[in-house]
Amino acid sequence: MLTTTYATRGADPSTAPAFLAPLDQLKSGLPGAALSWLRDLREQGRERFAAVGLPTIRNETWRYTNLRDLTKLAFHPADAADGNVRFDVLPTVRTEGQTGPRLVFVDGRFRAELSSTEALPAGVELLSLAAAFASHGELIGEHLGRLALADDRPLVALNSAFLADGPVLRVAAGVAVDQPIELVFVSAGSDERPTSFHPRTLIVAEAGSRAVVVEHHIGCGTGTTLANHVAEVFVGEGATLYHYKAQRETASAFHLSHTAATVAKDGCYDNFILTLGARLSRNEVTSVLAGTDARTHVSGGYMVRGSQHADTTTLIDHAQPNGTSREVYKGVIDDTGRAVFQGKIIVRPQAQKTDGHQLNRALLLSDTAEIDAKPELEIHADDVKCSHGCTAGELDDAALFYLRARGIDQETARGLLIGAFLGEAMEEIAEEPVRDAFQALVSGWLEEKR
Amino acid sequence: MAAQPETIDQVRAVTEQKYKYGFTTDIESDVAPKGLNEDIVRFISAKKNEPEWLLEWRLKAFRVWQTMEEPQWAAVSFPPIDYQDAHYYAAPKQKAGPKSLDEVDPELLKTYAKLGIPLREQEILAGVEGSEGKSPAIAVDAVFDSVSVATTFKAKLEEMGIIFCAISEAVQKHPDLVKKYLGSVVPYTDNFYATLNCAVFTDGSFVYIPKGVRCPMELSTYFRINQANTGQFERTLIIADAGSHVSYLEGCTAPQRDENQLHAAVVELVAMDDATIKYSTVQNWYPGNAEGVGGIYNFVTKRGACRGKNSKISWTQVETGSAITWKYPSCILQGDNSVGEFYSVAITNNFQQADTGTKMIHIGKNTRSTIVSKGISAGKAQQTYRGLVKILPKAEGARNHTQCDSLLIGDQCGAHTVPYIESRNRSARIEHEATTAKISDDQLFYCRQRGIAEEDAVSLIVNGFCKEVLKELPMEFAVEAQKLVGISLEGSVG
Repeated sequence: MLTTTYATRGADPSTAPAFLAPLDQLKSGLPGAALSWLRDLREQGRERFAAVGLPTIRNETWRYTNLRDLTKLAFHPADAADGNVRFDVLPTVRTEGQTGPRLVFVDGRFRAELSSTEALPAGVELLSLAAAFASHGELIGEHLGRLALADDRPLVALNSAFLADGPVLRVAAGVAVDQPIELVFVSAGSDERPTSFHPRTLIVAEAGSRAVVVEHHIGCGTGTTLANHVAEVFVGEGATLYHYKAQRETASAFHLSHTAATVAKDGCYDNFILTLGARLSRNEVTSVLAGTDARTHVSGGYMVRGSQHADTTTLIDHAQPNGTSREVYKGVIDDTGRAVFQGKIIVRPQAQKTDGHQLNRALLLSDTAEIDAKPELEIHADDVKCSHGCTAGELDDAALFYLRARGIDQETARGLLIGAFLGEAMEEIAEEPVRDAFQALVSGWLEEKR
Repeated sequence: MAAQPETIDQVRAVTEQKYKYGFTTDIESDVAPKGLNEDIVRFISAKKNEPEWLLEWRLKAFRVWQTMEEPQWAAVSFPPIDYQDAHYYAAPKQKAGPKSLDEVDPELLKTYAKLGIPLREQEILAGVEGSEGKSPAIAVDAVFDSVSVATTFKAKLEEMGIIFCAISEAVQKHPDLVKKYLGSVVPYTDNFYATLNCAVFTDGSFVYIPKGVRCPMELSTYFRINQANTGQFERTLIIADAGSHVSYLEGCTAPQRDENQLHAAVVELVAMDDATIKYSTVQNWYPGNAEGVGGIYNFVTKRGACRGKNSKISWTQVETGSAITWKYPSCILQGDNSVGEFYSVAITNNFQQADTGTKMIHIGKNTRSTIVSKGISAGKAQQTYRGLVKILPKAEGARNHTQCDSLLIGDQCGAHTVPYIESRNRSARIEHEATTAKISDDQLFYCRQRGIAEEDAVSLIVNGFCKEVLKELPMEFAVEAQKLVGISLEGSVG
């Protein structure tokens, strides 16, 4: 009865060749070619994607997000000539003048000259996957491809087929990293042709460690890009990992992302995603509470306008007793934008004393905006407390009137109310500097609106 | 929170009681040969002496059905059904068209007596409390396997212009009405089981309430599967013309058999301006034994169209039987200010599986819908609430409130909630709640303020609400249904 595997229903293998064709030329140039397990992983990914192709809306988990537009574009894998751009300022949650650990990837490729790994405490390793294949083969081999399974998800299969680069973070047992570790992903692309890249992130937080990871996803230029991210996150016994992400790619970008986390006994995985950009985005977060007394918080905010499409899909899998999960999502949809929220909580038979809570609230600001929500519970244990709430509606007339009656103009009043509405989600961000930086992005979005 | 011991006992009392309707009636039957093909469709149509257009419609449906696949999305699992290994027509043998109950086979009458279904009008008068000397409480249409055997109070209803008869009779006597509305809510291309029903449906009830008439009594249909290896495919069509009101009840039982039997019904409701249809079901098909052997596969398509302004369709279901239930009574809220309601209590035990819920499609302005679903799962049963609330762009001011709670008893059962919420109108307000505490803050506050504990208040409110519906069910249903509702809501999960 447990329904976690990807059904091949609605599979359309005919979409696969266009994406896989460039692989033959690329193959020999991919890093780590000497590692047999890596070759196998890539080959399995290629085979699986060739068999199922891109997901279609006939597949239950993709019913509200249509990737048809991707098939109309001939994507080329990013090469070294692409993304040759200069940056004056890179996004950060640090205050001006401060520096700290940071890895920068442009079109999926590591850019050492923009990155900095100094000032990291002993026991913390932060490097690019391409480099890690050579230096940390064993660590990578032990973890890569273990959480994000190609069989379950076609886009993971595609990512595995092209597996080349991405950030690797390992925090040794008992080590706490105070300053946030920033990962910057830039979609630069090319003006000449649509560009695709498939970064893979690996985070291993060993027992008792603590770290804060902040991902920035930005775009530049006018080229069409497809970023197909996969992240695998291992949270060890008693470890705490804060994983924040702000996505504000350009209006010509496709942003697809799957984050798969596993949390061991007493561990805590805290994920927050702020979605502002991209023409089409899908953030899929899977968190498995694999040990007893584990906790996970998966929250976020999505702001959609123009003709943007933003999909948030989460799966919390309570596999062991005494787990706690909490989800708070708030979304604002304007113009002809469309937002999708699919949240599923599974409580397995042995996961007694589970406490699961999920909330998704969406605000529709225009007559043509659309929200599709599917909050789902799959409960197999009897001694649990699980709830979900889901609402959709417009701004409260009474609240608007209250502000107007006090001499606040319509636009400001609306801005205040929208800001306050999103505030409930922003409060889920535990780390203050991150919350402030993300709050500034929200304010900026509201300003733009006016 | 874990279920309270008394709650567990109460559920056990309800679910472990022997299935008391499991007997079979030894009656001579007219049975169509096994299998399904165009000849069988023609055979059924000929048996019913149907007009050409209906046969054509059946054949069209059958041809579409052959190209369709069984739906796979429901959270139920069962071995593949061999659609050729069943009889699609079975009727108790009797002289053509019995004129009165006296001509009906006495075995058949005994069966209904055993089930507690009154087929003699005077017995109803004597048997129902508070009805002595007044207008009778319930008119019954009894469907035995593939045919309707008796309909009571027809004459009385006819005086008011109300048509209540078997659908096969309506085809003969009121072909214009049937032709106009049959398939207008559930088209013959709708889904696998509904399409199959279109091709081979045998009997069911037909109700037409004329303009401005308030039906003076409950209308009820009692379905009984008796013959082995048969499927039951009934078709119900209820039309409430402008300003009318009708309350309809449906009950069903089947003998205890080791093989699974298929029941694929279609129910269509049409409510015109200011009309109200209340449709209540107590579904008690044989659920299979404690080891999961046997039982009815209940794959039903029920849909109501609120065509007119201010119309209202209310579904109430108490689901206790069937090995597998696949059922989504829905409302298409087309008319402005129309109202759709879905109240459901579903209880599954042993190896039962239920995937049930509703669809509320808001098309008209200021349309409102309420969904309250209570699921109780015990033993090794799996239960899913699956519901859709869809707000189309023109549904200004639409309003929906959904609440689904489920209770698990034992660690081997499952309870799942799969709501779909699609809104394309900003002025629409949709709430999906899963906490018992949020029933209605006002009512809750009222009770709390008078010193009633929150748990008790919630129970009181839900019970009070359910009673309103249940008290209108026939006695033998109401007693059983009330037992179910008596179950405490403590320890609910959303």
